[in-house]
Formats: sequence, C-alpha cells, structure tokens
Amino acid sequence: MVTADRHADALYAARRDRRAIPPLIESEPDLTVTDAYAIQSRFVERLLGDGGSVVGYKLGLTSRPMQELLGVHEPDYGPVLSTMVYDDGVELALDDFIQPRIEAEIALVLDRPLQGPGVTAVQAAGAVGGAVAALELVDSRIEDWRISLVDTIADLASSAAAVFGPRVVPLEGIDLRHVGMVIRRNGRMVATGAGAAALGSPLAAIAWLANTLAPYGVVLEEGHVVLTGSLHKAFAVAGGDRVRAEVDRLGSVACRFS
Amino acid sequence: MDVARLATTLADAVRAGTAIPPLTDEVDLSVAQAYEVQDATLELLDPGGSRDAVKLGLTSRAKQEQMGVDEPLYGRFVSGAALDPGETLDTGALIQPRVEPEIAFLLGEELAGPGVTALHVLAATRAVMPALDVLDSRFAGYRFTLPDVVADDASAARYLVGAPVPAAGIDLATVGCVFERNGELVDTAAGAAVLGHPAAAVAWFVRKLAERGRVVPAGTLVLAGSLTAAVPVAPGDSVRITVDRIGSVELACT
Repeated sequence: MVTADRHADALYAARRDRRAIPPLIESEPDLTVTDAYAIQSRFVERLLGDGGSVVGYKLGLTSRPMQELLGVHEPDYGPVLSTMVYDDGVELALDDFIQPRIEAEIALVLDRPLQGPGVTAVQAAGAVGGAVAALELVDSRIEDWRISLVDTIADLASSAAAVFGPRVVPLEGIDLRHVGMVIRRNGRMVATGAGAAALGSPLAAIAWLANTLAPYGVVLEEGHVVLTGSLHKAFAVAGGDRVRAEVDRLGSVACRFS
Repeated sequence: MDVARLATTLADAVRAGTAIPPLTDEVDLSVAQAYEVQDATLELLDPGGSRDAVKLGLTSRAKQEQMGVDEPLYGRFVSGAALDPGETLDTGALIQPRVEPEIAFLLGEELAGPGVTALHVLAATRAVMPALDVLDSRFAGYRFTLPDVVADDASAARYLVGAPVPAAGIDLATVGCVFERNGELVDTAAGAAVLGHPAAAVAWFVRKLAERGRVVPAGTLVLAGSLTAAVPVAPGDSVRITVDRIGSVELACT
C-alpha cells in the first residue's frame, strides 16, 4: 500500500524532526480506520528499525472526556515501545516532543498471554498479574492536535512516553472500576477520576484490546504492559513542571519536565 | 432588606413547587444576611427542626470560579428530607431536581471552634457513607448569585445515604467514586474533588458555624459536597453512586 508507506514516512520524519504535519485526511479524506492501522504498523516498523521492541500497548480515547476532547466515539490503540518507557521520577525533556500532554492511567501487566476473540473482562483478570500507576505522555505529530480518529490511529494513537510507578499490585480484593486517582501539577490538584473512566473498567479495556487485535493475529504476550486509558482530560505541561498522580491502592507515579 | 419577607417568599416557593426569580434581582443581599434568610426560611418550613443534617456546596474550585467566590456554602435539610434506601424520589413534588454524588460524614463527637481542621473532623467521624444529594433550586434554571443560593438553603431538597462504614484505613482524598445514571457512566472522581479532601470541607463548615457562635453537635450528618457536576433527573431515571470500599446507593425517580 503505497499511500500507507508515504504517510508512515511523513509521520516518522515529523516525530524525528519534531515538526508537526497537517492532518493526513486533508490530503486523503477517504482514509479508513483499517488504512490508519496499516499506516501505524508501517510507522512502528520504521521506529523498530532504529532499535527497541514492542513491550505492550496503550489504549486511547477510552473515556468520555477524551472522546469529547477529540470529537470521536470509539477507542483506539497503539504500541508501547521499549524506547518510550521510563521509571518513576524521570525528568523528561520537553524538547524531545512536539506538543505533549499528560494523562494518569491504570496500567495492567500480563502474567499470561491474552488472545481474542471473545475475551471477557473476567477472563482478562485471570491473565493480568497486577496493576501499576502510570503517567502517559501523549504527543501528536499532527499540527495543533487537529486530529481525526484516523489521524491519531496512524500516529501511534498519539503515544510518546510512559512512566510507571514502582509497584505492580495484584488485583486480589481490588475492583479497578472504583480505584480513585488524583493528579497534581506542581502540588496543585488538576483532576480526579476513577478506573471506570477507562471504558467502564480497565479490565474491559484490556479485553477490548485483545479482541480488537485478534483479527490481525496479534496476541498480548506475557510481560506486556497495557495502558488502559486516561482517567481524566489530558493537560499540557511546561518546562519546570512536576506532575504526580496518586492512584488509590496502587501508589503514586511522578515525572518532571525540563 | 426584610429577612422575614424574603424567607416567606422562599418558603412559599418550596411549598408551591414553583420557581421564583433570584432575590438579588430586587434586593441587595450580603452573604451574612443570606444565612439569616436561610435560618428564617427553615423555621417557616420546619419549625423547631433538629437541623442535624447538613449539606455543603461550591466545594470544587471549578464551581467556585464559576460563581466568582472563594469559599463553599452550607445548607440544612428539613425534617423529612431524608429518603430511606429503596424509597423513590417523587420528582413531581420538586421544581427542577438535580442529583449530586457525595461522601457523607456522621460525626460521633461535637466539633466547635475556629481552629478545627480536617484531622479533627476525621478523629470525630463515627462513619462515612455514599450519599446522593437531591438539589432543587427555587430559582428558575438554577440562575442565582451566591447570596441567592445561600438564602435558598444551598438548593437543599432531599438526600439518601448508604450504610455507614468506618473510615479507618481509607484515604478519603484518593478514594474513587463512580456516578451512574440509568446504568450509564456519568463521571468518575476521587474524594479530593471536594476541596482537596472531603474532611477539609467539613472542617470549613465547623469553622463557619464558629463565626456565627455555633457548634456542630455529635450525631450531625454532613454531606460534604459534590464529587462531580450535578445531573438533572426525571421520572423513570435512576442514579447511583459507588465509593470504593464504602459502598453504593441508588435512587429511583418517579
């Protein structure tokens, strides 16, 4: 698919040069969701050519605030690459990104592979080894975040970096739907939320992912980590900002920006 | 400014179930005067009532900014405002009901004085519970200024609380809350959405009463303020709040 390669090249260059490009649908209005995932797949091939590996996935557009923000009505997914993963407390350079925004999420770590179709939230729970507090930095290679659903899908579901808390907490006795979250910037509360904001339940979100990947023959593997979706409306950060998310029962995760 | 006349206007609106224009369209009203009107209105609607069920409002920064104020407000429920679990809400008796999800505190000890903090509140709390606060502004379209809504008893109308649970071991700032209407997610939040910590909102109430020379007796129930934006309800609707490890409570409307 020639246009997929062309779009993937353009997105790859935009990410590398930190120079956003116009929405893909401006030059090709007929792009479908299937086309967009084909572009994403070629974009990922190019990134993996520079090193790293796929260590999991992120879900996007799983909460109504995010769907309203982008004017869409379904979730999407993108890869988490080893080169995008950071430990708690990391200092990230804003210059490495174009127009980053931050989101607090519940991430799930798989103890066993999870393969759709037909995966339910209960089955997903059996494959999940535990949950971890996470911050996701999203970024758009599309100018001014003027993204349609197909634009963001093609663009790695706008993924940029993920910071994980230090503890993977087993799910026993925890209903992830009800787990609360408070995110603060420079000590001031910006937003609160709970797990149900992620597609009704983080486990429903990972089940959706397993089922959505199934037709492509993609299996969620043991050790993969899945960012299940923002629990609040993403917000922009500035140099010098410190962001900390406290996730009830899972602990906190923080990062700084320079 | 005639406290008795304004109180009569409000009490008549409650009894008739009819909206009225904001009081401040006609009169100048300070917040302190508005609390006097609130007291007088409650005496008309519920003479000698115990006033031991309280609700707080404007407890989120977003709402305070929207109203251009920097502090919350309180209202008191009249006798008979409490709904029991399983009881339905008769929306026909109300003007324009809206429901807010909240965390409620049942105080086991008296709290008093200008120095009360969230820590004192937590130490004095016998139990917490999930709560649904049914608002019913007597002002058409919820169009009001701060003195109007203070006089109008913080739009208090009805409330429903779930089973009391000890708060020990639960961080009420990070505890998660899920608000649903008709089985669909409305919004989620954590306790910190209420003034940073819901116990801080209760402490504000104790200090505010201290300014008026009053104490908050043991046995007082305080609905600490909404965790999300309010939703309107109509016959056939049901709303539900779930607070992690504290429980859930659901209200059906007729």
